[in-house]
Amino acid sequence: MVTYFKEILTGFYSLLAGMAVTIKYFVKPIVTVQYPRQKLSMSPAYRGHTEFVLDLETGTHRCIACEMCARICPSQLITVEGVKIDPKKKVPRKYVIEYQYCSLCGLCVESCPTKALKFSEEYRLAGFSREDCVVDLLARLQAQQQRAGLAVTPRPEARREEGEAKPEGEVKG
Amino acid sequence: MDNLVRILGTDLGRMLAGLIGVIALVSVNALFLIWMERKVAAHMQLRPGPMEVGWHGAIQTIADALKLMGKELITPAEVDRSVYLLAPIVVFLPVLLSFLVIPFSQTLVIRDMNVGVLLILAFAALTVLAILMAGWASNNKYAVFGSIRSVAQNVAYEIPLLITVMSPILMVGSYRLTDIVAAQEKFWFIVSQPLAFILYITCATAETNRAPFDLPEAESELVAGFHTEYSGMRFGLFFLAEYTNMFIVAALATIFFLGGWRGPVLPGWVWFLLKVYAIIFLIMWFRWTFPRVRFDQLITFAWKILIPLAFANLLLTALVMKLM
Repeated sequence: MVTYFKEILTGFYSLLAGMAVTIKYFVKPIVTVQYPRQKLSMSPAYRGHTEFVLDLETGTHRCIACEMCARICPSQLITVEGVKIDPKKKVPRKYVIEYQYCSLCGLCVESCPTKALKFSEEYRLAGFSREDCVVDLLARLQAQQQRAGLAVTPRPEARREEGEAKPEGEVKG
Repeated sequence: MDNLVRILGTDLGRMLAGLIGVIALVSVNALFLIWMERKVAAHMQLRPGPMEVGWHGAIQTIADALKLMGKELITPAEVDRSVYLLAPIVVFLPVLLSFLVIPFSQTLVIRDMNVGVLLILAFAALTVLAILMAGWASNNKYAVFGSIRSVAQNVAYEIPLLITVMSPILMVGSYRLTDIVAAQEKFWFIVSQPLAFILYITCATAETNRAPFDLPEAESELVAGFHTEYSGMRFGLFFLAEYTNMFIVAALATIFFLGGWRGPVLPGWVWFLLKVYAIIFLIMWFRWTFPRVRFDQLITFAWKILIPLAFANLLLTALVMKLM
């Protein structure tokens, strides 16, 4: 008889304790955001697709088109085409990643000798076709520069001046 | 509003005004309660709930209702046609009739019967019949499971409910709802009958098939229980009946334990509605706090705890009444 009433009372108390928890949450501020109008800022640890680091000293990227990233990429999804803008400096005129094949290993970022790559905070990756997943990092850099209020780096023209040293191993046409 | 009813004092006029008023109240109440439930649920889970349609999603339910009306009424091939079609009507009619005797204020009652309590409780029992009809006629195993559970649950919970409301009736000595409210002039019955109040709310939650006693429509195990095979506005009627039932049990709780329309400053019907929605908030609060009970736990709880406690409360009340 005593255990019967004790069970009822402890049970009732536990119900009240549960209700106290939910009412506390009821008056707590909301943690979700109304998505299309409000957005959360991503944590620095978030790994989106890669993008160029915007070097604030030079106002542009640090890529030297060495193609280390393209070589190390296990999925071979990075396409880099470099062009020499003067005898000592090479820049990419095309840097495209086909993100749909990416396994997010991060080897491209690690292998970059000039630390020109970083992970972006892009999370809206939905698209209607495979082509929507292809990211042009140079175009992205131009957008980054515009947002930062810097001069936009133009896309270097594909030109080969006569008498310029060809890269070693390349067969002359 | 009071004046309007007094002008329409003739029996027929009163009935007509009452019918229109009740139908308006039922639909507005359901629209409001669905919105309220979504808001309460959302805030308990730290999210804002519907925010898009109207101020804080206030007319979201109207949009949903329009969508529901536009939907195709599907009648599955193997159903027991006549019973299947009748069930949504049977579930909705007693709900409407119960409003006949509910006193919203001193004068705002359609028909002040001297058997008001019995009328409401008798009509409330018809809901079970409708659920059984819907489940059986659907010819679907989940629907049958749902309705079987509903019947067992309602048989188990109707008894303590009736015994519990006997205690305040014993104190008043009348089945007339206005008399019960009038008897709470000095103090509300929740003060003298706290146990009865708790028992009543528990039984009322089970009566309206709401969590933690929502076994008949347990969405995570029985698809949707007894209304699995219903679509469009037929499903809408079940939904409407469920929310109106909530209003009725909350109104009864208000009349029995919270002093009905009594309250300072504001007019009676405002106080009545405030108390009713406070009780409904309590029931919604239960839903977002307690997990669903298992079936054997449900029956054990009713027969081993609720019924003995209700009887004890009734005997104690009778003893005190006799001694006083």
